[in-house]
Amino acid sequence: MALASYTSVGTFVFVAGAFAALTYCFVTSDFSVGLVVTSSQLTKPLLYKVTGVWANHEGSMLLWVLILAIFGAAIATFGGNLPRRLKARTLAVQGMIASGFLLFVLLTSNPFARLDMPPPDGNGMNPILQDPGLAFHPPFLYLGYVGFSVAFAFAVAALIEGRVDAAWARFVRPWVLAAWCFLTIGITLGSFWAYYVLGWGGWWFWDPVENVSFMPWLAGTALLHSALVVERRHALVNWTLLLAILTFSLSLIGTFVVRSGVLTSVHAFAQDPERGVFILALLIAATGGALTLYAFRIPHLKFGAPFAPVSRETSLTLNNVLLVAAAATVFLGTFYPLFIDLMSRDKISVGPPFYNRTFVPIMIPLLITLVLGPTLKWKRDQLRPQFGKLRIALAAAALTFVGVAVWTTGSHVVTALGLGLAIWIIVGSLLMIVHRAKLGKTSAASSWSLARHAPRAFYGMVIAHLGLGLVVAAITTVMTWQKENILTMKPGETTDIAGYTVLLRQVNRAPGSNYDAERGIFDISRNGNAVTTVSAERRFYQVQQRQTTETGISTNLIWNIYVALGEPDDQGRWVVRLYYHPLAPWLWLGGLTMALGGFLSLSDRRFRVGAPQRAQAILATAPAE
Amino acid sequence: MTLRPFLLIPVGLFAGLATALGFGLSHNPRELPSMLADRPVPSFDLPPLIDGVDGLKSADLAGGKIRLLNIFASWCGGCRYEHPMMLRISSDKRFELVAINWKDSPGKAADWISTYGNPYRQIGEDRSGRAGIDLGVTGVPETFVIDKEGRVRYRHAGPITPEVWETAIEPVIAEIEERS
Repeated sequence: MALASYTSVGTFVFVAGAFAALTYCFVTSDFSVGLVVTSSQLTKPLLYKVTGVWANHEGSMLLWVLILAIFGAAIATFGGNLPRRLKARTLAVQGMIASGFLLFVLLTSNPFARLDMPPPDGNGMNPILQDPGLAFHPPFLYLGYVGFSVAFAFAVAALIEGRVDAAWARFVRPWVLAAWCFLTIGITLGSFWAYYVLGWGGWWFWDPVENVSFMPWLAGTALLHSALVVERRHALVNWTLLLAILTFSLSLIGTFVVRSGVLTSVHAFAQDPERGVFILALLIAATGGALTLYAFRIPHLKFGAPFAPVSRETSLTLNNVLLVAAAATVFLGTFYPLFIDLMSRDKISVGPPFYNRTFVPIMIPLLITLVLGPTLKWKRDQLRPQFGKLRIALAAAALTFVGVAVWTTGSHVVTALGLGLAIWIIVGSLLMIVHRAKLGKTSAASSWSLARHAPRAFYGMVIAHLGLGLVVAAITTVMTWQKENILTMKPGETTDIAGYTVLLRQVNRAPGSNYDAERGIFDISRNGNAVTTVSAERRFYQVQQRQTTETGISTNLIWNIYVALGEPDDQGRWVVRLYYHPLAPWLWLGGLTMALGGFLSLSDRRFRVGAPQRAQAILATAPAE
Repeated sequence: MTLRPFLLIPVGLFAGLATALGFGLSHNPRELPSMLADRPVPSFDLPPLIDGVDGLKSADLAGGKIRLLNIFASWCGGCRYEHPMMLRISSDKRFELVAINWKDSPGKAADWISTYGNPYRQIGEDRSGRAGIDLGVTGVPETFVIDKEGRVRYRHAGPITPEVWETAIEPVIAEIEERS
């Protein structure tokens, strides 16, 4: 059984070697390798030579397998305290997934295919991908996607073993949490990248490729919470196993969708049906196999501790039901066009209105429970005293709702509701610290001591929830009060947006190492006082004959003023797109805050993979969050 | 072996999904940005590029006939590459081939057309590139198939090679013909 660890580490060493070799080819611009020719060029900055490794199908699949191998090796290395059999089985499942994807890379996507006649220079990378945001977005996204493979492997191993206990949940949770943090960062970076690179002022498009990263996130969030119930109360075991399988399956489906091109998307990846068939086969083997195993093995598992209708368990169950319903909604919206196309050959597209009508209503009860849940006791509790504890949050939320509704004279009830919910989450989460520290109920010194000794997992939970509150506030505000001004401007002309005056001072040529560019300098002022100066570029990449926009964003962390330089006309004027986005920075700050909360939780000693025995003792005194 | 039938529900649902995805693979995914799918082209009104050939405005694409809208420029290598194909398909009676000359200097574009031949019934001159941007053009050449109701049915980015024609564009035209 020790063999499993050695082979897992071996897989990692060899895949890392392959990845290093490919990176070396890119950095040294070895044009005898076909992939380097199609996605790199001599004049590209070094950073993009490196990121070029995964800015194409073959290299990105190699990165995928590398990350899978990293997780396998991490279980092998840090899972010393796992029961030996469970560890060997988990690694075996990981190994099967790795074998499948290695086979995929070898048979359909060889990154090292050589050319007989190396050209003197490459075709260059898609210019839109030449951006620092992209340098880190895919690795984080993959760390999240692929990280859920660990939960999957643990679930399948447990099904084979026929035993799921609190220890199992304790082993799985750190991995799920880590994957969730990475995925949160990946999605946040992706959204920010789309915001400032595409030049449309949008930050989420409900595009299939975005959706397929969002679905594992929703399911993973549910998993995170249900694993908690398994660990603490040994309930929801079968559901958690199913969720672990589903979460990674959604990651696989995402990989399938992106790589096969069954759905149309603004993300223009190389698409090849043959690769699609292969990934579909892997998906069927992994998901189909795991679900069948689940069907046959679940009756043999023993579990279940009863809980009352009002209890922490109930609130977490509700959290799960709502999150999974939300994931199902996104799933339906994403795949509906495909199903309709298959059945009636009609082309339809599902846009933001669908998600506004279906996704948003599911989020509302979720956001209400989010504050209430953590205050409830396990097993049995009563609602009234808990609402009493939260009365300040309730009052603040109600005040916000009524205030906004009155201020907008009733025209923005949904906005008022959104902001009310944001306040409910933010104040409610902060109140948790107050109650934890018994602030005002005991001496300041003992409050401080209580606050200081609260586990990091508790603060992690509070911070992650606060982050979500920021995101909710940002989405609501930016969608209601954003301003847009698209016009043509001559240098020297001014225009107004949201009370700010924008002057196009000049447009210069600003060539870079592998592109030519026009750079517009904009002076932003308010009531005659200079606020800031931003520059926006329109770049033209000669090698690829494509142009991109580099937007100028002025932010004070409360609002963004967003400037994109468009086309010039023959009268010396440029098309200029101006946007005012109130609270938009909080979208990404909130996302990163959520991830930060996750990492803080992860650093809790109870989560440390090496210390579960000692954690037992602490568990008895501190409720996990 | 005990088996509870309801536990097979996830397997069943997944089997359905896998089947649909499998069929989806053999299906043409249509490289069309969702913003234009099945919608009329955004409005534009472009002056003629050369004497004797009409300019192009969005109203000309409002329906009645199938139209292929090709976006080209004299500075673009891919356009030169697909040009023989354009000349070949220009005699096809099922559709009208029209074009937008994108971000080009009129003199060079006119020379280009007179050197290589004019396959287009109408050519609009989009010097500022505004119409192209509204159409979501990311690079030339690009070709749009517009059906008899004036809706964009297909978009192809990149040169029309004989292979692209046979596997992607021609089937769309045949399908529109068949349905009407």
